[in-house]
Amino acid sequence: MSLWEYANPVRFIRVTDRVLPVVAASALGCLVVGLVWGFFFTPDDYRQGSTVKIIYLHVPAALMAINAWLMMLVASLIWVVRRHHVSALAARAAAPVGATMTVIALATGAIWGQPMWGTWWAWDPRLTSFLILFLFYLGYMALWEAIENDDSAADLTSILCLVGSVFALLSRYAVNFWNQGLHQGASLSLDKEENVADVFYMPLLVCIAGFVLLFVALVFLRTQTEIRARRMRAILARERMA
Amino acid sequence: MIPDLGKYAGTVLSAYGVSLVLIVALVLVSVWRARRVRAALDEVERRRKSA
Amino acid sequence: MRALLWRDLALAVRAGGGFGLGLAFFLIVTVLVPFGVGPETARLSAIAPGILWIGALLACLLSLDRIFALDFEDGTLDLLATAPLPLEGIVAVKALAHWITTGLPLVAAAPALGIFLSLPGPGYPWLFLSLLIGTPALSVIGTFGAALTVGLKRGGLLLSLLVLPLYVPTLIFGAEAARRGAAGLPVETPLLLLAGVSAGALALLPFAAAAVLRVSLR
Repeated sequence: MSLWEYANPVRFIRVTDRVLPVVAASALGCLVVGLVWGFFFTPDDYRQGSTVKIIYLHVPAALMAINAWLMMLVASLIWVVRRHHVSALAARAAAPVGATMTVIALATGAIWGQPMWGTWWAWDPRLTSFLILFLFYLGYMALWEAIENDDSAADLTSILCLVGSVFALLSRYAVNFWNQGLHQGASLSLDKEENVADVFYMPLLVCIAGFVLLFVALVFLRTQTEIRARRMRAILARERMA
Repeated sequence: MIPDLGKYAGTVLSAYGVSLVLIVALVLVSVWRARRVRAALDEVERRRKSA
Repeated sequence: MRALLWRDLALAVRAGGGFGLGLAFFLIVTVLVPFGVGPETARLSAIAPGILWIGALLACLLSLDRIFALDFEDGTLDLLATAPLPLEGIVAVKALAHWITTGLPLVAAAPALGIFLSLPGPGYPWLFLSLLIGTPALSVIGTFGAALTVGLKRGGLLLSLLVLPLYVPTLIFGAEAARRGAAGLPVETPLLLLAGVSAGALALLPFAAAAVLRVSLR
């Protein structure tokens, strides 16, 4: 029994079918608890007023936007090295989720920045690199859509993901060098001094857990869809040949 | 029931609104496509078995 | 390899279009900018380095799809792939040919176009140098993008979408070097970082591009 057994598409579907309702339900539970807790039962910040409540959406979405790309990178590597089809399809399934998370992070950030910084958008390093990350998501998804042969598409997109990761990281530091930031430091870190205050911390953790679970549930569901869609294409192609 | 959001009510509510709409849309699209593909595949499999 | 380089160069010059088109595009972009932002000298000279860099980048982008497309269509690429040369070498030669036919003329033309945008005097050598260092990276990144989209029917737009985000670091460091040069500030840091990006791209991307081509030709 090893992890690689889940690389069998049939087994993957069987297992995720069983797991999916649990994950989805707990995602919904965490999100509802975290957001309700954050929205109704936390005090306002003394400087930001009630806008501090946006943190419960902004920070988890931003975290997932980056982690989705990391997950795609790992899945692409697994595809390149061990050629497990589920892995390639999981990377494909994760991309739109990651792109949506990037949009949420950018949109909530802009809405928060309007009263706080006095501007919807600033060419701050963090903001800019998120915009660039969004462009990478767009390119990745467009390449998947454009290639007809499934295996070639998996190969090409995974190489794009590897190269793109290097350049996304490079852009992050280039942008840092290019402009000084308005954005505050990390909201969560091991360094206690930098952390957000405890009242905001617990609901934020619940929200992050909710976003992670939501991501997992969506990726499972979408990967299943991709597997089925591909199986259907294969059957139809065989029928046409016969 | 709604807490006093002060002068930033519009800001906070629109941020929540935009995010929830996006998340719900993503979930709905995923579920809808999953259903459609699943039905189509079942259809194809049934046709193949009967043939 | 040298024969391949000569062949590509000869094709680019003889086919006419490819060689001059990028330059003409660069000229037009530069001429259009004052119409868009107004003719004030102060404003133009402030944005001149950035505009020239973006113009060069777009002109470079314009000719990328030709790197592999023609060879792919008439089957030359399949022959090259089975030739004793390693595919990585072929990709590197293709990128070099693209740089000589597109990047180098752009580098040479940029200072002349700087006059139109009233680029400040100290900016000229640094603009030239930053483009000279940066355009090889543009060519080799573009070659990777061209390899990704080689077999696709509507590759052109997709190529831009894929390549432009990859151009970000090069553009940032290159334009920053040119801008600091024009303002009379020290330029060593961005120039060195730009050179680092170029060297890294030159060293690694031919392998990625060759891997991609092997998939496309399968």
